[in-house]
Order: sequence, then structure tokens, then C-alpha cells
Amino acid sequence: MKELTCIVCPKGCRLHVDEEHGYAVTGNGCPRGAEYGKIELTHPTRVVTSTVRCVGGRYPRCPVKTDRAVPKEKIFQVMRALDGVELTAPVRTGQVVLKNVCGTGADVVATRSLSC
Amino acid sequence: MYDLIVVGGGPAGLSAACAAWDSGLRKILIVERDQELGGILNQCIHNGFGLHYFQEELTGPEYAGRFIELLGQTGVEVRLDAMVLEITPLREVHMVSRNEGYRIERAKSIVLAMGCRERTRGAIGIPGARPAGVYTAGAAQRYVNMEGWMPGRRVVILGSGDIGLIMARRMTLEGARVLACVEVMPYSGGLNRNIVQCLHDYHIPLYLSHTVTDIRGDRRVEQVVVSQVDERRNPIPGTEMIFDCDTLLLSVGLIPENELTRQAGIEMDRRTNGAVVYENMETSLPGVFACGNVCHVHDLVDFVTAESQRAGAAAARYVLDREGSPGEPLLHVKNGDGVTYTVPQRIRPGRVEKLCQLFFRVNRVCGNSEIVVSSGDTQIASFKREHLAPGEMEQIALPQVLLARAGGELTVSVREVEDT
Repeated sequence: MKELTCIVCPKGCRLHVDEEHGYAVTGNGCPRGAEYGKIELTHPTRVVTSTVRCVGGRYPRCPVKTDRAVPKEKIFQVMRALDGVELTAPVRTGQVVLKNVCGTGADVVATRSLSC
Repeated sequence: MYDLIVVGGGPAGLSAACAAWDSGLRKILIVERDQELGGILNQCIHNGFGLHYFQEELTGPEYAGRFIELLGQTGVEVRLDAMVLEITPLREVHMVSRNEGYRIERAKSIVLAMGCRERTRGAIGIPGARPAGVYTAGAAQRYVNMEGWMPGRRVVILGSGDIGLIMARRMTLEGARVLACVEVMPYSGGLNRNIVQCLHDYHIPLYLSHTVTDIRGDRRVEQVVVSQVDERRNPIPGTEMIFDCDTLLLSVGLIPENELTRQAGIEMDRRTNGAVVYENMETSLPGVFACGNVCHVHDLVDFVTAESQRAGAAAARYVLDREGSPGEPLLHVKNGDGVTYTVPQRIRPGRVEKLCQLFFRVNRVCGNSEIVVSSGDTQIASFKREHLAPGEMEQIALPQVLLARAGGELTVSVREVEDT
């Protein structure tokens, strides 16, 4: 039995995960917590949020995120991949800035609009 | 003459303006001192916003973007790069901007949505040298996420509020080494999920009941001394730890930005550092409302949105209906045992529709607890919670029928229940 804090939402439920019985989760306040408990002990993942260079916009950086959670051990690889990205304004929210980052299947997308 | 002037174009101001528009006001102006709308959300590039309101996980800029888009569909006027200097009891708003100079606009109602600012080194009186490299966490966040500057390479963070935790992860991702997060209280001021995903994920140690007792360095921070503190938060000699670092980030609390409020003579609550408000977020000055972090510091923007929508709708009702009468029944909400503050502080039962939302914070960490609302010696409602912490704002909903029966005072208190 493993105890962990759910990070799916700000409530932060205390989860108990039974590794010996199919990663059954108790203590979760919602179905997403059950899913998190299982994934966290089998192949933990995180959404990565960061920024990339942007020229010609109001700010020199544009915030981005992976459009789904990526394996935790690949977070720093994703960060390095973002170092090479440079956008040119205008940028639109949701615009893909890097497809299938580090082979994770996740696209990196812009999270704000930046006008010229 | 405007129907409504909203001071501040962050999440509170945007929600209040949209709600006022939806409630029928047509001459609305938002005055924002930054060059764009969205407020602090623009630099909060991490995700976790909107789970309550949109039922999805958004980043700060995305959350702001949704409301900016909604606002774009209304006829609400926006004045950017404009700073409000004064609000008078006659609801005249003095503002100054580069484009339009000094202007005075009059309004039938006003929503105060100026947000809050960070406490600085001066506010907590850290001894030691005064070299470069001491920043508030929010300032560092803006440098990193918007301006593209790295404030330092080896970092100690004082305070375990959410901004400090988020910046611990952010600095680590950008290649800095975060040596420690130091918290003077025996518990963290941030959300549990942030302790996990910002500190544990990156093996950053959290020192509870510790504080910074010295900053050393000539031109730039070179060392920070951290000491353990006793129950009365006094440093314990002999417990010093020395960290070699070039940066100290401070996440030591937020102060509602209420200079305009005070100047207008509006009654303040020394617990929240915000205005005393009624059930509809109206302040002691009729027709002037306050919402979001200028009223009390929230943990979640979703709750700011909900509160601000109530304020915006109430401003519209004030202008359109001119409701209310001097002698109407009034309840004063008192902080009982274990409760630091409540918002609202006053409730007019006659103006509550079905439920009155009441926010509050507790003054200690509690396990299984009962939140008790009483009027005189009579208990009128109680709510169960499994866990309460000062870092997590609580809310309860009080039915109008119960409020109508109460008289004079309402006391909200917390009672820990023995585990069975």
C-alpha cells in the first residue's frame, strides 16, 4: 500500500494505492484521482509548461505547454528541445510550436496570443 | 457618466465587467494600468487554473484569454496604460495616462478589482547585507516567464506559498539549482499538490519551522543563513545552516492593494487587509464594490471569478434597481474560535437569493472538523470537513431561510472532532 497526494486538482486528496491488487485507489474524491494514483506508481507523467523565444511580439517569450502529460523522466529533454524553438509574432493560442516533442506523442502549443 | 467603472483588468475586473454587462449595464469602463488585460495571470504560465470554472486544466494566460475573449463580445470599454489615482465618495474616478492625460470620470457604481502585491524584504525585516539578488518570487516570475531574464543560478526560496513553490520548479526547469525552500511556520502555506509537483518532483528540500537569519554578499548575494525557529518563531542559536547561493526569492505573503479604498474612506477589515463587504461584495460606500484579491487573498482564480461575477451583477442591480433601504435587517459575521477572517463580514438576509457564499480561513491545521455557524446561543448550521489548513481557503453556503431567522450576529467557528 502506497500513500500519495493527488495533484490532479487543488483539493490534494490523500490517496492509498494498493500495488498488489491492480493499483486499486482509495481516498480519491473523483475518478481522475483513481487514474492519477495508478499512473503515478506505474509510469508517472506531467504536463510541461515553459516559454519559447518569440520575435516581433510584445514580449520576447511566449508561454507554451505540452498538450498532454509526458513521461516524468523526459521533462528535461522536453525543456532542451524548447531551447531551439523560435516563434515569430503574431502567435495564436493553441498554435502548435513543436510536434510530437521528444517522441512523447505530445505537441507543444502556445498558451497565449502575441500580436505584432 | 458611466454605469460602472471597474478599476483593474485582471481576472476579478474582467469577470465583474462581463457579469455587469450580462446583467444589463451598457456603459462600462475598465481602467487597467498595464499595457494589456489579464493581470497577474499573464505571468502564471503553469497549469492548474480553471478546474472549477471551466472543468479543464488551463494555464494562467489561457484562463485570462478566455475572459478577454468574452469581454471582446461585449461593448465594455477598456482603457489600458491608465492609472487610477483617486476615487471619491461621490464616485468620481481620477485617472492619468500618457495618451489622455489627467481625466476625471463619473460612475453610478464602481468595482474595485486592483488585486494585491507581494510583501517584500522590508516587510519582514530580514537582517544582513543588502546586495543584489533578493527578489520577490512574483518579480522573478515576470522576469523569467515574460521578459526572458534568469534572475540567478543558485537559489534559496523563503516562504512556501504557492508562488514560491511554483518558482522553485520553474527556476529548476530553466537550469538553476534550487537549494532549499524555507518556511517559518510548521506547515506549508501552499497547496499540497504544489509541494508534490514542485518540490518533491525535483528533490528540493522543504525546511519547515526555519527562516533566513542573515544575507551575506558584497555586490551580489553570496550566502544565505537559515536557522530553525522555536514555537514563538524566534531563531534557535546553533541551528544555522549556510547556503552558498546568488539569489534569494521571497514568497512571504500578499497584501491587497487598497490605497484607493482607504483614501475613499471605505471601512477596512484589518484581518483581510481589504474592505469590509456585504453579502453582494458591496463596501461601506454605497455603490462601490470590491472583489478578488483586493478584498481578500484567494488561492484559486476560479473563486476570484465567482466572487467577481457576484460583485458585477450586484453593481448592475444597484444601478438598475436602486434596491435597499436604510433600516433593513443586518447580520454582523464574527470570527469565532479557529477562524481568522470571513468574507463577507456583513450579510443583509433580505438581499440573499437562495444561498449566501461565505469564504473564510482557519488559523491552524485541523483534522476532522466541524464548522459551526451560530447566532447568539443557537447553532444555525454546521458543516463537516476532513482537513482544514490556513493555506487553503474554505467556503460554506448559508441558506437564506436560516439567515432570515438569525438576529444581530453570526459567529463562524471551527471545532475539531475526535477521530472515531
